[in-house]
Amino acid sequence: MFYIFCPYCKEHREEEEFHARGQAHLMRPADPDNTTDEEWGDYLFFRNNPRGIHHEMWVHSVGCRKFFNITRNTVTYEILETYPMGEQPTITADIPSVRHEQGVQAADGGWQTVGARPESKALNEETSS
Amino acid sequence: MQRYSGFGLVKHAFGHHENWERQWRNPVPKKRYDVIIVGGGGHGLATAYYLAKEFGVKNVAVVEKGWLGGGNTARNTTIVRSNYLWDEAGRLYNHSLDLWKGLSQDLNYNVMFSQRGVLNLGHTLQDMRDIQRRVHANRLNGIDSEVVTPQQIKEIEPALDISSRARYPIMGASWQKSAGVARHDAVAWGFARGADALGVDLLQNTEVTGFKIRDGKVLGVHTNRGDIEAHTVGCVAAGNSGVLANMAGIKLPLESHPLQALVSEPLKPILNTVTMSNHVHGYISQSDKGDLVIGAGIDGYLGYGQRGSYPTIEHTLQAIVEMFPMFSRVRMNRQWGGIVDTCPDACPILSKTAIKGLYFNCGWGTGGFKATPGSGHVFAASLAKGEMHPIAAPFSIDRFHTGALIDEHGAAGVAH
Repeated sequence: MFYIFCPYCKEHREEEEFHARGQAHLMRPADPDNTTDEEWGDYLFFRNNPRGIHHEMWVHSVGCRKFFNITRNTVTYEILETYPMGEQPTITADIPSVRHEQGVQAADGGWQTVGARPESKALNEETSS
Repeated sequence: MQRYSGFGLVKHAFGHHENWERQWRNPVPKKRYDVIIVGGGGHGLATAYYLAKEFGVKNVAVVEKGWLGGGNTARNTTIVRSNYLWDEAGRLYNHSLDLWKGLSQDLNYNVMFSQRGVLNLGHTLQDMRDIQRRVHANRLNGIDSEVVTPQQIKEIEPALDISSRARYPIMGASWQKSAGVARHDAVAWGFARGADALGVDLLQNTEVTGFKIRDGKVLGVHTNRGDIEAHTVGCVAAGNSGVLANMAGIKLPLESHPLQALVSEPLKPILNTVTMSNHVHGYISQSDKGDLVIGAGIDGYLGYGQRGSYPTIEHTLQAIVEMFPMFSRVRMNRQWGGIVDTCPDACPILSKTAIKGLYFNCGWGTGGFKATPGSGHVFAASLAKGEMHPIAAPFSIDRFHTGALIDEHGAAGVAH
C-alpha cells in the first residue's frame, strides 16, 4: 500500500485516494497537423517502461482532484519524491545517488514510502532529466 | 527421451519410482546457435519446441535468466479460450486452441487441458449488446460461442447468484464450451522436455546482458556466461521485454504492470466451469486440487515487483463475493503477482524489428497463457522462414504507426 504525499494537500494519504495516470512529462506535438505518422504514433503509444526510477503522473482523485507527479522506483516501489505539475524531478535515473547524498529516507521493505519533497533548498533546484 | 505411459508407471512402481529419467539436460552453452530464444517461459519453450519439431531448426538455445517457467507461466490463472472479437485475434487464439486439444498427446506430457467451458457474464444492457456482437463475430470465424440466458447459466454453474437481488443482476452471458483450463507448470515442463529431446539447449541461470549488433544486424547475445552467437534472436520475455528492447536500442509500446491472483483453501468440487465478469471485474475457476483460482485487474501503475497491492485484492474479492455470495467466508491461501506487458490495443506484438534477425514476441499482457502453443507455433514459423507467419503478420509493431490497431479491450476485458 502506497502512502502518498499530495503536494497540494500537503498531507500523506492512502493509495486508494489516488489514481496512476501514466508517464509524466509527455509533450503533445507542438504542431499536430504537421507531424508524421511516426511522431504521432510515438506520442500516442510509446512510453518509458523502466526497471528502476520512473516519473509518473498521478491524480488525487477523491481528494483535491489535482494532478501531480511522482518519482518512484518500479522495482522496490519506493516513492522518492512527489512534485506539482510544471516542475521537474530532482531525482532521475541518471543521478540516483542524489537521494543518498541528501538523506532521503530509505523505504522499509519497499512498501513504506516517503513522498514529501525534501526541504533542502539545493534539492529544489532544477536538474536536467 | 523415455516416453511416459501407463505401463511405464507400473514398471517404475516396482523400482519405487527412483529411476525416472531427468526431464531435460543442463547443458554448457555452445559458442554458436542457429536461433537463440531469450526467455524460458511457456511461449519461449513452445517456440523452441516447434522450431525443432516442425521447422527443422534443431540448433537452438533457450536463454533464461532464472528457471524454466518461473515467471508468468507459473503465475497465471490458466484460462484457455479463443472468443476474441476481431478476425486477426480470433484466428491467432483459435489456432492456439486447436493445438491445445492435442497437446498432451503431442508432448507425451499430461498438461491436464480440461475443456470445461468459459462463461463471460453480462450485467447491463450494454454488456449484453457487446456479448451478442462478440458471439456473432466468433461464429463467423468458426469459434464456438453462444449467448446464454440466466436460466441456462444456472444449469451450467448452479453456484452463481442469478437472482434479481444481486447488486449487479446477471442478464446473460457468452458461453464458449470448448474453452477451459490447463495445468500451467506442466505446459512449460512438457514443452521443455520435448524441446530438449529434439536437441534444443535449455540454458537456465543465463542472463542476457546485451545484444551484439553490427550494421543493423543481430549477431548474438552477451550473457553472464559469455557471448553466444546467432543470426536469429527471438525475445519472448513478457514483462521484461522493455528491458531487452532497451538493450537493443528499440522502443516498444509496452507498459509492465503487476497482475495478481489468489487461491483459496481447497474445497470440495463446487465450480463446473470458468466464470468471468468484465463488469464486476473478477474471474474464478476451481483447480483439480480444489482451490478456487481467482484473479482480476492489474495494478494501475508500472511495477516490476512481482507482487500486487492490497486495494486490488480487496476489489477482486468484492467481485467474487458479488457473483458467488456463498464464498464470502472462504479463506484465501496464497496470493502472488506476475509482471504483464500490456499493449495499448490489448493485443500482442509478434514482429520483426528495425534490427535484422531480431524478433519480438511480447505484449500478451494479461492473457498470454491461453496462447502458449499457438504463439510458439507461429513465432517458430516466422523465425525459421525469416518472414512473419500469416497469422502473426497483423500483430506487427508497425501497427502503432500505421494505425491498424486490433482493439481487443472488450474481449480481453477483465484481465485473465
